Amino acid sequence: MKFRFHHNGSSLSLDSGLCTGCRRCVEVCPHAVFSIVKNRAAIVDRASCMECGACALNCAPGALSVVSGVGCAAAIINGMLSGKSPSCDCSASCC
Amino acid sequence: MLQALNKESLPIPYHQIAMNHCNCPGQHAPNPPDACPAPRLKEDPAPPSGLDFGVITGWEPLNTIASPMVANEHVSFRERLRNLSVRWAYKRHNHRITPGLYSFGAPDGTSPVLVTANYKLTFDKLRSHLSGLQLWILVLDTKGINVWCAAGKGTFGTNELVNRIRSTGLARLVTHRTLILPQLGAPGVAAQTVEKETGFRIKYGPVYARDIPRYLANGMRKTGEMRTVHFTLMERLSVVPVEMIHALRLLIPAILVALLLGFTKPESPIAYPLIVIPGCLLIGTFLFAALLPYLPSRAFSSRGAILGVLWSALVAWLTHTPMSSAWPSALIATSICAYLAMNFTGCSTFTSQKGTEIEVRLSLPWILSGIFAGVLLPVILTILL
Ligand code: SF4
Ligand code: SF4
Repeated sequence: MKFRFHHNGSSLSLDSGLCTGCRRCVEVCPHAVFSIVKNRAAIVDRASCMECGACALNCAPGALSVVSGVGCAAAIINGMLSGKSPSCDCSASCC
Repeated sequence: MLQALNKESLPIPYHQIAMNHCNCPGQHAPNPPDACPAPRLKEDPAPPSGLDFGVITGWEPLNTIASPMVANEHVSFRERLRNLSVRWAYKRHNHRITPGLYSFGAPDGTSPVLVTANYKLTFDKLRSHLSGLQLWILVLDTKGINVWCAAGKGTFGTNELVNRIRSTGLARLVTHRTLILPQLGAPGVAAQTVEKETGFRIKYGPVYARDIPRYLANGMRKTGEMRTVHFTLMERLSVVPVEMIHALRLLIPAILVALLLGFTKPESPIAYPLIVIPGCLLIGTFLFAALLPYLPSRAFSSRGAILGVLWSALVAWLTHTPMSSAWPSALIATSICAYLAMNFTGCSTFTSQKGTEIEVRLSLPWILSGIFAGVLLPVILTILL
């Protein structure tokens, strides 16, 4: 069962010119967003991207970028109330 | 020759590890494990020791290297009970083990090294799937948080990993230079930086611990299936208890509101608000988690609202409550369901921050006005009429 969510993957971008085809992004992405086509990474399922940031952090040549953060409503509401950026600060009571 | 060399350069005699004996300083014969004090790491003056559970045997630090602790695959009945209670948020915060290096089975200098978090639930899950294997487990200090969440917070991160590799002297213990990390640790670790700093190459292993034996047997190659995270019925239900405990905070206000509504409309059955409003705490957590993939709409809150409407209608039908007196309670119940459902985004495995933020901005005004309207309108109407 594949789950989808609105605006998923909207901040993910790939600069094919920098990509060395090392496959790291394929290895780390938990939602099979990438595939290697002709020795270069390609985004094949953007709508499944949850913007976890794993691919961009592990792409050595810096071909990938994504605005990552927590997809947790409680964190976002806390962020709105405290005026800070959303973070998982539920002192280990959630995950 | 290589074997002999390895043995010489190794700080810890392997046969003793294999026999589950420790090498206390000043003693020539191996001691039974119980005679050894639990390992103490500098940054963690009184770590919650695995010894309580009778599983992890302590090792005295040898030279400057913190020597490996020993773990096996048996998770006792008591530990299972404890893990279950943690799922219900009971004493959740200190369910952790001592970070550092553990030996599993009878590993040697060529055995694979797995890296994991120091959340006891995570560690127990991992070791219960490793039966028959010989390996090293490097446990990072993630403050008792699971790998994925800790990676998101950065505690399962590049710095902690680099420091832990150094402080355990891993490079002197194994001859190879490969670490196997859980794939879901990747949002916190920059593999290329770890390699530059320590010389260890990182391979991201399978998402689920149960695939590790197959992954190792397969020459450390993942199938597409091993790479993909799921959100199966069982996984969804396993996070429900914590959500329910959180929702319990709403129970008393919910009952008070229900009583208030019951008294403002004395001619209608008080049973209706008393069933619908507190009941929606269960509907918005348990039933929502179970039915998540089958509800229409992409937004969590509207999926929850659909459940809330159906629930209110069902109870109205069962208690023969007419629409004219059911609507305030139904409105409140629907709003609470939408709210609880929206909170489930934090437990899910596929929501982005951007999407969740938009959802919160769009839904919260509706949810709040629903609750206010449900509480205030009947009161105002009673006063006016
Ligand atoms: S990790 Fe970066 S360089 Fe490697 S294949 Fe992916 S995009 Fe290309
Ligand atoms: S941000 Fe996460 S989910 Fe999105 S493509 Fe990268 S690794 Fe995959």
